Amino acid sequence: MEFYKINPAYADNLMLLDDAGNRVTYDDFSAFYTETESHLRTRSLLFLFCENSIGSVFFYLLCLNKGLVPLLLDANMDQILARQLVETYTPDYIALPGRRAAPWGALACAEGFSYAVYENPAAKREDRAGGLHEDLALLLTTSGSTGSPKLVRQSQKNITANAASIADYLALSAAERPITSLPMQYTYGLSIINSHLLVGAAVLLTNRTLFEKEFWDFFNAAGATSFGGVPYTYEMLKRLSFFRMELPSLLTMTQAGGKLSPRLHQEFAEYAAKTGRRFIVMYGQTEATARMGYLPAADALRKCGSMGIAIPGGRFRLMEDEKTEVLVPETVGELVYEGPNVTMGYAQCREDLKKGDERGGVLFTGDMAKRDADGYYYITGRKKRFLKLFGKRVNMDEIEQLLKAEYEGLDVACTGEDDHMRIFVVCRDTAFCRQAEEWLSAKTGLHISGIRFLSIDEIPKNEAGKTLYKNLPADS
Amino acid sequence: MSNLETYNKIFRSMFRKTDEELPALKYRGIALWDSIGHMDLMGELEEAFDIRIDTQDVLDFTSYEKGKEVLGRYGVVIE
Repeated sequence: MEFYKINPAYADNLMLLDDAGNRVTYDDFSAFYTETESHLRTRSLLFLFCENSIGSVFFYLLCLNKGLVPLLLDANMDQILARQLVETYTPDYIALPGRRAAPWGALACAEGFSYAVYENPAAKREDRAGGLHEDLALLLTTSGSTGSPKLVRQSQKNITANAASIADYLALSAAERPITSLPMQYTYGLSIINSHLLVGAAVLLTNRTLFEKEFWDFFNAAGATSFGGVPYTYEMLKRLSFFRMELPSLLTMTQAGGKLSPRLHQEFAEYAAKTGRRFIVMYGQTEATARMGYLPAADALRKCGSMGIAIPGGRFRLMEDEKTEVLVPETVGELVYEGPNVTMGYAQCREDLKKGDERGGVLFTGDMAKRDADGYYYITGRKKRFLKLFGKRVNMDEIEQLLKAEYEGLDVACTGEDDHMRIFVVCRDTAFCRQAEEWLSAKTGLHISGIRFLSIDEIPKNEAGKTLYKNLPADS
Repeated sequence: MSNLETYNKIFRSMFRKTDEELPALKYRGIALWDSIGHMDLMGELEEAFDIRIDTQDVLDFTSYEKGKEVLGRYGVVIE
């Protein structure tokens, strides 16, 4: 059964709790669905501006149940970038947190739990019939911060298969109470919600950060049993002397969204072993719905630095090129994943939403990896030009395009490592560099401490004018 | 440099604000003072004043003004 279809056995279970003291059961969602669904047309495109709240989760689930296709976006994203996305895809509906009025003064066509849905006046009647492939269920961004129109197309089968696989390898039950330490429009945050709703558990919703007392008060008061974190989350937990905190309800910590440093992996694995908890390192991408690999808790210390093995129902292999498989242990190749959660493909425009499955269950991840003699995988690098800034995927070519659009004639080359992006510009003016850092940070919502502009006399290029990133200074 | 000057300098450079804007600064009140900014801020203050800010105080450090009180607990008087 699809994870979002309400299982009658869960009717009285608590489903969602928020930090303002609101609580709803699975039955409350059924009542909300019955009341609201007739106001929205099936097979429509809906932009859902998300926050971690009951209304946001309810409208997301309503869409999946009713056959609307939602694109999940950050409610706080840059307004101009949001408008560009609306223009590119002309969604039929836009759903916003209730306190924000529709900019065009329209009346809401559906409301509930502090969320409101508006018709997009720009969406024409004729666009509304068809236009969405029958298998398409959900859209997520590849790089939310740059406002890139490149979206990942996910099917019902993808979402359900991945939620079931996650619930299986984490051995989830209705007694679980994960707390949302990540935003729901982020594939990892969403997978936590999906996999727990599948088993009838209660999800604790908060928009608070780890550095707020209210987060930990809610954590303890509601009895959180697990949380998920990107590598930066674990840096913050270290900073908070997490190992000394009193968290009696905590059972499980999961990590994804980039490679954790072996030092932090070791420390958290040791802490978990000592306190009888589980620490589970995982691996995934939006292109595979969410999850592809996990390191079983029992192996956390023994296989420190590894992202583990394929999830139930999936399979990894390493490829030298399109055709040749790497079979020798400890040899690096491109990581390829096969499984029912491999998504349908990308979309760049509304027309692409008509497309069916383009991948046939096989994903070339773009990550380079090796496998040890026991069959455990280790990520060693990336093939593609992107990096992760504090867990958010950033396409460096898109950053260059954003800057060239804003600063006409600017010669720019973007490079770096996770959490440290370096942007070389042919410009001697250091005041400009500081100002451009601020502009880019504000535009993308990426924190400024991960962005550094550097002056260079000339961007190294080949004869065809292509930037030679390898010839840029390594670090300075 | 007085403690206040050091304190202000860290806030100015980290959050790109002027002295006049500092008293109104609150955690999550501006984009740069998010959890990543907070982490960096704690690190800078610890280094500048040679202290180690513990869990409760990291959580208690909710604004520019409140931060002065927090540092006071470590014998760092900001005035």
